[in-house]
Amino acid sequence: MLNIIWLALIVVSIVVAAINGKINVVNQAAFEGAKTGVTVCFGLLSILAFWMGLMRIAERSGLLELLARVLSPIIRLLFPDVPNGHPAIGYILSNMSANLLGLGNAATPMGLKAMEELQKLNPNKHVASPAMCTLLAINTASITIIPTTMIAIRMQYGSASPVEIVGTTLLSSFGATIVALLLDRWYRYRHAKRHR
Amino acid sequence: MYQWVSLLSLWAIPVTISFVLLYGWRKQVPVYEAFVDGAKGGLTTTIRILPHLIAMMVAVTMFRESGALELLLGLIRPLLDALHFPEELVPLALLRPLTGTGSLAIATDLIAQYGPDSFLGRLAATMQGSTDTTLYVLTVYFGAVGIRNSAYALKVGLWSDLAGVIFSLLVVSYVFS
Repeated sequence: MLNIIWLALIVVSIVVAAINGKINVVNQAAFEGAKTGVTVCFGLLSILAFWMGLMRIAERSGLLELLARVLSPIIRLLFPDVPNGHPAIGYILSNMSANLLGLGNAATPMGLKAMEELQKLNPNKHVASPAMCTLLAINTASITIIPTTMIAIRMQYGSASPVEIVGTTLLSSFGATIVALLLDRWYRYRHAKRHR
Repeated sequence: MYQWVSLLSLWAIPVTISFVLLYGWRKQVPVYEAFVDGAKGGLTTTIRILPHLIAMMVAVTMFRESGALELLLGLIRPLLDALHFPEELVPLALLRPLTGTGSLAIATDLIAQYGPDSFLGRLAATMQGSTDTTLYVLTVYFGAVGIRNSAYALKVGLWSDLAGVIFSLLVVSYVFS
């Protein structure tokens, strides 16, 4: 699916640019995009290194395990195929709580560590496992309690009450998360049936 | 309420950092060595993600700059009119799964243009807050562990983004009218 989307994006862009006589713009855009990729990655490097450093301390001190044990009922419901007490659970939980608090920067490294742990459990290393898909579903729909960035932007433009979107964001992201989890269950069920 | 929220977001990170460090220290973890060791992992992960990000950014930038995005917007406009979806918010809804910074720029622009307390301003802020950059998350997360076949993850992500957009429209219309 990603193959098709990627291919379509590029081929359609070139065709449209050719019709509009903007082929030079598309040339430039290709290299501009590559440059953006590198810039984003470098931005990510500092944040990743910092949080992964801190997470290693949490891991060695047993903090992650403690967190995992307290919240394991929720995880067992969402990730039935991850064994009890597996290190992935601690990372999944830290990823979810960082997302809840709107700390997007902190959520990514923890999500990546969770993915690495889930990959260890994955029998087919090139195909995403159901647990990985669930983690992704939670991340892309993520319930947001405090949309920090949006509050800041609303303040900047002189809103009378910058935080009044907290409630609407909470409600609609909650709705989106429910939809994501239901869809995830549905696809997981179909996936399991097909591969049995 | 606002003071409470801003105080919480201000303190969340320092409190987390000091709690993790002090807990580790109490459990006799060599905190400095552990930190450096973990940070090293950040470096290898970044290098693994880099090619995936370049591939995705090239495609998205080309799509936007070539005028293909505008064309797509034109094609689906009748459908949006039928659903009473405000036309001004279409670029935001379409770009949201593709690029986080791009959609943030559009949301900021909408808020600047129509005012933060207008219907469009509130809807833009709510939409931005309740959906996510699905393609980016997928690229980064699966790229980091070498997954090539994303199974059904992309479908779930894109459908839930659509759900986020619809819920935002419904909730904001209901609450602020």
